[in-house]
Amino acid sequence: MLSRLLRVVAAVAGIAAGGSLLAADKHFGIPAVAFINEQVAAGWADIKLQPAPVATDGEWCRRVHLDVIGRVPTVDELEAFLADPSPNKQARLVDRLLGEDSSEEYASNWTDVWTTLLIGRSGDNDRVNRSGMRQWLRRALARNMPYDQFMQELVTATGVNKAGEPGFNGATNFLAGKLEENGLQATAKTAQIFLGLQVQCTQCHNHPFNTGRQNQFWEFNAFFRQTKALRRFGGTQEIQAVELVDEDFRGEGGNPEQAELYYELRNGLMKVAYPVFIDGTAISASGYLPGVMADGTRFGTHRRRELAGLIAASPLFPRAQVNRLWGHFLGHGFTRPVDDLGDHNPPSHPELLAGLADRFREHSFNTKELVRWIVLSQPYGLSSRASKGNATDDPATGEPPRFSRFYLRQMRAEELYQSLLTATEADAANAKGEKASRPKEQWLAQFIIAFGTDEGDDATTFNGSIPQVLMMFNGDLMKTATAAGEGGFLDRTVQGEQKNAARLQRLYMAALARKPSRPEIAAATRLVEARQGDAVGALQDVWWAVLNSNEFILNH
Amino acid sequence: MLPRNAESGLTRRHFLQHAAGSAVWAGPASMLAGSLMANAPDLRRRHKAAIVLWMGGGPSTMDIWDLKPGAPTGGPFKQISTSADGIAICEHMPLMAQQMHHMSIVRSMSTREADHMRGRYYLHTGYVPSPSVEHPSYGAVVAHELASQVPELDLPPFVSIGGGSVGPGFLGMAWAPFVVDSNGTLRDLDMGIDPERFGQRLEMLAAIENRFIAERRGGPAEEHAKVVGKTVKLMSSPQLDAFKVAKEPKEVQERYGNSGFGRGCLMARRLVEAGVPFVEVDLGGWDNHADIFPTLSDRKLPELDRAMSALVADLADRGILDDTAIVWMGEFGRTPTINGNGGRDHWARSWSVVVGGAGFKRGVVVGETSSDGKEVVSDPYAAQDLMASVLESLGISLETTFKARNGRPMKIANGGKPIKELFS
Repeated sequence: MLSRLLRVVAAVAGIAAGGSLLAADKHFGIPAVAFINEQVAAGWADIKLQPAPVATDGEWCRRVHLDVIGRVPTVDELEAFLADPSPNKQARLVDRLLGEDSSEEYASNWTDVWTTLLIGRSGDNDRVNRSGMRQWLRRALARNMPYDQFMQELVTATGVNKAGEPGFNGATNFLAGKLEENGLQATAKTAQIFLGLQVQCTQCHNHPFNTGRQNQFWEFNAFFRQTKALRRFGGTQEIQAVELVDEDFRGEGGNPEQAELYYELRNGLMKVAYPVFIDGTAISASGYLPGVMADGTRFGTHRRRELAGLIAASPLFPRAQVNRLWGHFLGHGFTRPVDDLGDHNPPSHPELLAGLADRFREHSFNTKELVRWIVLSQPYGLSSRASKGNATDDPATGEPPRFSRFYLRQMRAEELYQSLLTATEADAANAKGEKASRPKEQWLAQFIIAFGTDEGDDATTFNGSIPQVLMMFNGDLMKTATAAGEGGFLDRTVQGEQKNAARLQRLYMAALARKPSRPEIAAATRLVEARQGDAVGALQDVWWAVLNSNEFILNH
Repeated sequence: MLPRNAESGLTRRHFLQHAAGSAVWAGPASMLAGSLMANAPDLRRRHKAAIVLWMGGGPSTMDIWDLKPGAPTGGPFKQISTSADGIAICEHMPLMAQQMHHMSIVRSMSTREADHMRGRYYLHTGYVPSPSVEHPSYGAVVAHELASQVPELDLPPFVSIGGGSVGPGFLGMAWAPFVVDSNGTLRDLDMGIDPERFGQRLEMLAAIENRFIAERRGGPAEEHAKVVGKTVKLMSSPQLDAFKVAKEPKEVQERYGNSGFGRGCLMARRLVEAGVPFVEVDLGGWDNHADIFPTLSDRKLPELDRAMSALVADLADRGILDDTAIVWMGEFGRTPTINGNGGRDHWARSWSVVVGGAGFKRGVVVGETSSDGKEVVSDPYAAQDLMASVLESLGISLETTFKARNGRPMKIANGGKPIKELFS
């Protein structure tokens, strides 16, 4: 009834088939969603873009599972969604993905994302304890810790970085490996991740392509000078763990009341720096930690705590998170790269970015709320198919993204791993919890390339190149996923459905969230003939092909 | 399982006929079926190639190629003379000293990117990082331009050993580096089923792949199909032997050194001989902010010296140096001053690279730095000039322009000018 009414409205408004007006109208009673729709649509009108039609229910269900909880939907989840007659069914699904039932998978997915952000793909050594980092992240994300507190706990962490040791605090792993050379990495990464500022180049000199100045780098760096990473040795000489502590900073001039540091200009002159935030706010120059003198006078300051407070108050703080999450869900942020919000790099949708950031702050930095707004918005719900009206909207060409269609991108390696477990209905108990992450981490290690610099830079070969395709063709994980053994996924599919057509459809739903097309049915039939009645064998071939397809590996 | 050696011709042909039935891969598969007739020796036809020795982290070139003995921060190393007239290099490079008549040093590199990731991108592409375009790296450019001279090549035309290099940018994933470790371990080559069945699976895959492409969802869908095609071609190729360094005689392996970089350089030679137009070999560990001198003299330089000298000598002896450009470079140099930890920090303003082979003039020094090493006192050269020089040495036209995805023409090597002193 309602949909019929809306169709009439669309017809009156002169909009042909496609349904985009319906989608724009739909904001589930959430003002932030309406705001996104309005802002993005204004960008289309500016350059006369015709948005893509809405994605099919199957496509949308698949992408929202991948992006929120890091895996494709199970056939049951998919069918429940497709069968749901409610006009609010998208909101209901998002409620479930952000709710209690999915909190473990949500936390697991975002632990992967944040671990890579905070300590890289390869960070696990005598200074950084990867599993300690993951343990802290998993807890914080599972309870949807407000994002300002999340940042504050990471930036101000003290304690021991390894689980099981007395005084354990996994959050210390963010900074534990970044304090060498007076905390250069701590400075660069804190600014990059929490403020979207790329300051690493300004360490040595003012940079022609960056508005940051060299003094700002060192003034920011001064906030980390009370912090030390102490090695804790075990019975042997081996390093057991690292403890992050704060202690008085005596200053490079030896006067803790005015604890300064020096840095070198390119011309060789030395300059002095005290803790000053990027917006010019200076804090006490004292290097003493807070204390009370005999006469009751307070002295000293806790530099990292001051820093966390200044970061939380900065307008860049929520913007950096909004931009990162927008990039995660829409395939492109408002800036490229997503963690460069400097003045030299103007965003594609400045008002939308600022407006969402304000709302995020007003909602007490509730990250799940922000996720809800983005995934229920119109641009997130559009088809990835290009049409005449929006073919020009392709950020791969270097144009700013207009989000008039959903941009293809490849699953992350972690998403592929979880999706294969899901699609093959692998034992659910095996797929959950921090223990399950060990085989996954081992599998992921094959794709990591470390660059061997002090910054610990790394990259992944899980990037659509030949080694990835080889792994998908012949790797152990795929061998398991396509195994024909008794009681396995394919065997159960054969037992569960009598007809080949039904079996085929089940495979397609599990991996691609759609039914097979006629030519695909024909191709599959040829395989059944080739296997001469070996039903499991034929399904094995189909399943191998489905999982190896562009359609499976690309989030669309 | 599919045998991977040369004798497997029949099986291979059978397999490829099946693969050829798949629409997406008709091109590479049928081309390959034809090339099966070619024998291994025919593959060794003369072709141009380039090998980049990538020194990740930023090596201290004033301690290796442009010493400043007597300067207050010149460091403890002495110079030794070399097989090239008037060229002296570091005492810890004695084997390279005997090969310098094949190589030339550019002592007048002057760049502005002193951050690892930015410098790495800039030296690999000739462009500074840009928010709107991803530029293709050396490997992608050279492979793209030279792949047509080796139509019988099954191996990826851009191989990166021991490191990730930099990607293909707007040229697309089909030109991405094929990353292998220095042992040449190639994972997941064994398809585990008979080739006929594998071919049938590929037909099924083509049906799905083509349908998705036809729906016009954007570049990544097509890129995937192209990479699948290249993978199919690679999997069954007898040319895979080129990765097997262990097949070299023991004494040859020893000459290159028992190190990752040594094996990488030896593999580079084998790959170039097999027809691969671009190989990068990575040697990291040059980010020496502390204790630089013992690190260089005890570890980094001996490993480098042995492998690099063996590679140059081998290519020269085999007569392929004239067709193969060698480039030794990192993302920047290191400060001419020594810091409080006995290290040197990042420095891009004045540093050196080494080139040789192909069309390069040999045994010369280009440019000069001041007595303290802090300034280039001759004409300075930038990353794009070095890249233009390498392309010039390979006979790749510098008039080549690419069309970036936005349709804008992009000059090859960012319009850099070849370093004139390297050509006579």
